[in-house]
Amino acid sequence: MDPLLTLSHISYSYHDLNGETTALSDISFSLEEGRFLAIVGPSGCGKSTLLSLICGLLEPSEGEIALNGLPLKQASANIGYMLQKDHLFEWRTIYSNVTLGLEIQHRLNEHTRKNVDDMLETYGLSSFRDSRPSQLSGGMRQRAALIRTLALEPDLLLLDEPFSALDYQTRLSVCDDIFGIIKKEQKTAILVTHDLSEAISMADEVLVLSRRPGRVQKKQPIHFEMEERTPLRCRNAPEFKDYFNLIWKELNSNV
Amino acid sequence: MSEISLAQQSFLEEKKRQRNWVRAARILLFLLFLVLWEGAARTHLIDAFIFSSPSRVYNTFVGMLLDKSIFLHVGSTLMETLVSFLLVILLSLLAAVLLWLCPLLSKVLDPYLVILNSLPKSALAPLLIVWLGANQKTIVVAGMSVAIFGSILTIYTGFSQVDTEKIKLIYTLGGTRRDVLGKVVLPSSVPILLNTMKVNIGLCLVGVVIGEFIGSRQGLGYLIIYGSQVFKLDWVIMSIVLLCIMALVLYSLLQVLERRCQRHV
Repeated sequence: MDPLLTLSHISYSYHDLNGETTALSDISFSLEEGRFLAIVGPSGCGKSTLLSLICGLLEPSEGEIALNGLPLKQASANIGYMLQKDHLFEWRTIYSNVTLGLEIQHRLNEHTRKNVDDMLETYGLSSFRDSRPSQLSGGMRQRAALIRTLALEPDLLLLDEPFSALDYQTRLSVCDDIFGIIKKEQKTAILVTHDLSEAISMADEVLVLSRRPGRVQKKQPIHFEMEERTPLRCRNAPEFKDYFNLIWKELNSNV
Repeated sequence: MSEISLAQQSFLEEKKRQRNWVRAARILLFLLFLVLWEGAARTHLIDAFIFSSPSRVYNTFVGMLLDKSIFLHVGSTLMETLVSFLLVILLSLLAAVLLWLCPLLSKVLDPYLVILNSLPKSALAPLLIVWLGANQKTIVVAGMSVAIFGSILTIYTGFSQVDTEKIKLIYTLGGTRRDVLGKVVLPSSVPILLNTMKVNIGLCLVGVVIGEFIGSRQGLGYLIIYGSQVFKLDWVIMSIVLLCIMALVLYSLLQVLERRCQRHV
């Protein structure tokens, strides 16, 4: 089977008055459907830029991105992007916040509405339909933001440090929460994070990027011997420590 | 809220007492001012012919109320102010949207807007009279000229300070620049818009009065100028008092609107 997403020899430079900066250099990897990839690397290595490229917000300076074997622009596949903060709009209710994407793409119809209703119900937000975002806890807001992304029925989900704005305790439970939702909806996902434990506990594979210009330094498959995998259980598994040390060493090898 | 503790109760009472005290002090200050003014005029400490007095202002007001001329003056000043205020809000909103849509245009126009904004608009009034004639149109334009440039600048600055991540969100959801404008930029600028309105209503009133000084046969500005020329200073002071009341009422109306909007957000 063809991989869902393929990046071949992607480079990206940006320009300002002080000159040209190469943010990413010669990045290649592919991702199969249903897999969960985490990208880690030192800050400023271009992790978020990589997501913007995959999402089509930026154009690579060199290289090709293909979705389902087609170049990004021709691919009909939908990509969902989840930003660091939830950015729920205070002037909208939770319901009109989660349907914002559908509204923009003019896809609000019976089917999509039902889908949203089901997700709100399943993920415990249906009683907050008409609430304002400020009435929700940090975890609930993040869940609402995920539903907003999932409402568009994306084939690929991009997560840009979605938990970094939360405090540690909330973070662990929201991480479990979001992971559960992604697995239940059988989504392919790419998570960008600077938190190694988060990456290892959630991903099937961890991609380590080097310092700027970011290159693929290592691809580390992750496998846990357990039946129902959750991030929190992974953190307690014996393999966790080994993976952590392995990737930690890799990250620090070229400082 | 079933039970309120004693400490909370006494805290609330203290707050309430303070609020009442402030209100009482405000009213007392006003009454004291009136009494001193009236007293000084009656005992000839000040010349009532020049400084007028509360009773003379009141009598003038009642006199003009009876011959109904006051309605003409207050009505036309109020009308001109409202029209120029509405036009300022509408036009500056449109201009700010246009500037936001074409960043290059805003870069080109920026120094001009800044200069026009800091220009003393009373300098324009004589020109406007010559160009547009001594009519209500001129007065409305004079009112607008005071407020519009600052209003455009404030609203546009508000637009460009919208969180870039929120804008990115719209793009990640597949939106266009129009969606960014409609779904993020405009709704998140509502507080700034309301604030600008509160500033503008006062500025428009200033501009309208300046306009009436020069080119009008009616309105409170006309009454002030005419009154000072024929030494009817009761008219002048009554007009000033009426302008104060008008400014207060208009401002309070906007405050009510603002509070209503905040409740909705």
